[in-house]
Amino acid sequence: MQLTLRVWRQPSPQVKGKMANYHLTDVSEDMSFLEMLDVLNEQLILDGEDPIAFDHDCREGICGSCGLMINGIAHGPEQTTTCQLHMRSFSDGDTIDIEPWRSGGFPVVKDLVVDRSAFDRIISAGGFISAPTGTAPDAHATPVPKVDADAAFDAATCIGCGACVAACPNGSAMLFTAAKVTHLGLLPQGQPERDSRVVKMVAQQDAEDFGGCTNIGECSAVCPKGISMETISRLNHDLLGALRANAVPAS
Amino acid sequence: MALELFLEGDPIADTKAPTDVPIGERWSERKFRGKLVNPANRRKMTIIVVGTGLAGGAAAATLAEAGYKVKSFWFQDSPRRAHSIAAQGGINAAKNYRNDGDSVHRLFYDTVKGGDFRSREDNVHRLAEISTQIIDQCVAQGVPFAREYGGLLDNRSFGGAQVSRTFYARGQTGQQLLIGAYQAFERQVAAGNIETHSRTEMLDLVVVDGKARGIVVRDLVTGEVTTHVADVVVLGTGGYSNVYYLSTNAKGSNTTAIWRAHKRGAYFANPCYTQIHPTCIPVSGDYQSKLTLMSESLRNDGRVWVPKERGDSRPPQDIPEDERDYYLERKYPAFGNLVPRDIASRQAKNVCDEGRGVGPGGLGVYLDFAEAIQRLGRKAVEAKYGNLFDMYARITGEDPYSAPMRIYPAVHYTMGGLWVDYDLQSTIPGLFVIGEANFSDHGANRLGASALMQGLSDGYFVLPNTITDYLSAGPFEKVPADHPAIVEAEAGVKAQVEKFLSINGTRTVASFHRELGRLVWDYCGMERTAEGLRKALDRIPELRKEFWTNVKVAGDAHTFNQNLEHAARVADFIELAELMCIDALHREESCGGHFRAESQTPEGEALRNDEEFAYVAAWGWTPEGEPPVLHREALEYEYVHLAQRSYK
Ligand SMILES: Cc1cc2nc3c(=O)[nH]c(=O)nc-3n(C[C@H](O)[C@H](O)[C@H](O)COP(=O)(O)OP(=O)(O)OC[C@H]3O[C@@H](n4cnc5c(N)ncnc54)[C@H](O)[C@@H]3O)c2cc1C
Ligand code: SF4
Ligand code: FES
Repeated sequence: MQLTLRVWRQPSPQVKGKMANYHLTDVSEDMSFLEMLDVLNEQLILDGEDPIAFDHDCREGICGSCGLMINGIAHGPEQTTTCQLHMRSFSDGDTIDIEPWRSGGFPVVKDLVVDRSAFDRIISAGGFISAPTGTAPDAHATPVPKVDADAAFDAATCIGCGACVAACPNGSAMLFTAAKVTHLGLLPQGQPERDSRVVKMVAQQDAEDFGGCTNIGECSAVCPKGISMETISRLNHDLLGALRANAVPAS
Repeated sequence: MALELFLEGDPIADTKAPTDVPIGERWSERKFRGKLVNPANRRKMTIIVVGTGLAGGAAAATLAEAGYKVKSFWFQDSPRRAHSIAAQGGINAAKNYRNDGDSVHRLFYDTVKGGDFRSREDNVHRLAEISTQIIDQCVAQGVPFAREYGGLLDNRSFGGAQVSRTFYARGQTGQQLLIGAYQAFERQVAAGNIETHSRTEMLDLVVVDGKARGIVVRDLVTGEVTTHVADVVVLGTGGYSNVYYLSTNAKGSNTTAIWRAHKRGAYFANPCYTQIHPTCIPVSGDYQSKLTLMSESLRNDGRVWVPKERGDSRPPQDIPEDERDYYLERKYPAFGNLVPRDIASRQAKNVCDEGRGVGPGGLGVYLDFAEAIQRLGRKAVEAKYGNLFDMYARITGEDPYSAPMRIYPAVHYTMGGLWVDYDLQSTIPGLFVIGEANFSDHGANRLGASALMQGLSDGYFVLPNTITDYLSAGPFEKVPADHPAIVEAEAGVKAQVEKFLSINGTRTVASFHRELGRLVWDYCGMERTAEGLRKALDRIPELRKEFWTNVKVAGDAHTFNQNLEHAARVADFIELAELMCIDALHREESCGGHFRAESQTPEGEALRNDEEFAYVAAWGWTPEGEPPVLHREALEYEYVHLAQRSYK
């Protein structure tokens, strides 16, 4: 099929970006979206132009590296990651707009690449269970009810891609934070730090350039892992409980 | 043997495993004999850890907890994105929670046998011992392993084993284990014990007075080249499957860190030992950028078959039972669909070579769940493998619930890597290598669910205990920023970057990478012959020459430039490919994943030659044009008897 791509080009954070047009012929419907961009990039290189920068690595929908706004939808028309989107989701003659995640919390590095290190800082603030190496009891010492284990797992499938932030009209990172709070908060091992975890993670989230959550739900609608809005209710519940119990960040 | 291929060097041996005590006591004994570093001194020492996968992430977190100053480097945007995240099926541990006769000894035995008797017994035994602690550690961190209704951990079976010892988290075990390590890592970042360097690529090793003392890196965002010094350097930079261009590895996985360390003096062991995974989605077109694995766990319930008749083009549903050949079940009744990977891959190749392959180009075999769906119900199959089935449907546009999957082997893992001793130290003092980047535990074939085990064993438990013996002599003398070794290494890196940008030829980096990959796949892939390897060895130097005179690299040196990153990686892959072929040519036996057509049993199984080849081939680097130097480490089997592998 033939396609027209309108792609956000921005050489560096200091330079203003703009959309540029490219035409592609001979696109196979079995190509992945990123393979389609690979083909374009090889052409650009041979033409002496700068190829389009985009993040990607596993191309299996699990590392969370990739992430493009495709026709205004984070990760495009299917509920999956950009790398798992295939061209059979488009039609001959389509014009496709491709832009980076747009959010105050995710400054552009180049073209379609953004800086998501704010997510690492949110995890660093409290998204863990303190279990220094070598101190663990036998794995079967604490059985975990299957329902809790499964629910924790569902929340733990978040790949940190940032689509939730990109989709949110407020640019909120709440779904990402809530997924981690839920994952660890549902497990017996996560209980001792449950209060301080939620308080610190939310404080860090607020310190980054993310917006507030007003329960719109765009995040969950685009999330490639289907992280549910229930995690946000859980976070709010835990946060209220922790604040009532006066869980002040330790440091 | 064509002697001009390589030079014979001095033999090499591990001197760290205390072989004067029985194998089950060697690890504790080594820890006891090794020197320690007192907590006050740890704070004075800096450890560079390159890589944040299971190996590097676990090591950085654990060393930081112990009180060392850790500097961590990786090339993705977040440490959580290391390639380990993609592992699907599971992690082995000799917990014997199933009460099915498992034990440390059995895991040790299975792993040595699975590796076709080309691994070091001491290392494998230690791995089996540590396996149980890994599960404990991960559960304590909150890794949500699959559980049964009683709340206890569930297990599944993997190839090469008759017990159920594989722990898993749906089809996303690597992700969950890595997130566990990443969270431990981030906890240490918050505590100020780890200094992080995101989107930063190591491009050289700094060796001062014979010791590894630092690395030269390029900031991938700004292009700035700088040097970081430390008391010791640890590489956990993963495997080099992408030398084949198409593999199941993440696109960024590369050999650069270990290859450049090799050029600084670290021996490269068994480069030709690569693993071809039997169950991947077949190639669909020239634009294909990577191959997708369908987890080995699928072979628990999926049955592999092809039509009995060659050229049978009926849709699979229309082929009656008695016209199907379930060739693994037929040939290997004891292990059936769960034979080790090397065997399953080669058999798939054989039936396709016979003209019985299915799908486009006849390069595929069926993996059929009809029987499992009937036996367990669609819901149960969905619960076990749902995400894999979804992925298959997304990529191929076909529904695996109603028709069998089509699969074909693809390059997946590299058993070769930098040579290390029992302490995981390379031949350069002060350079330690962990995870897939070293050659250590899998011999000529890795069993499924054993790489995650090894990465975490190295990172959490082995390295943090062995590195102290080396560091007990530290802190070492400071290396000034203008030290000649630093100046020279930095200049080399900058010169290479400039060179790439100045060639301005007519072929893209990717086109060279694809051609190289095709070459290595054809001649150093699933089946190797002396003739084919010689062809590859004729062609690779030509390709290298063409690369360095005709490649076209876009952009400049001072901005984010992914094309430039790729160019440096491909340059190293080309050099590595040559060594792989030399290694494959010199090893005139078949073993594990290294199948030399000239050396097979009458039934077509790999035929080892223990008399001549029961050794690790550790290669020393020599400048271009000179043959590499072979150092042999003899392999001795005290506890497992050398035998022809049989899975019948
Ligand atoms: C699709 C797939 C599925 C798998 N499934 C399983 C499974 O079910 N069970 C199992 O046991 N094994 C499995 N494996 C194998 C296993 O995942 C890997 O062997 C293992 O995770 C490797 O871990 P690592 O820590 O050694 O390296 P990696 O996870 O590859 O990490 C490498 C790190 O090094 C960094 N790095 C590399 N080069 C440089 C450089 N030059 N400069 C700076 N940083 C650098 C990277 O940024 C990254 O952080 C699977 C592999 C694949 C491909
Ligand atoms: S919650 Fe979903 S959309 Fe947000 S980062 Fe996680 S996986 Fe991506
Ligand atoms: S590239 Fe890894 S999730 Fe898309």
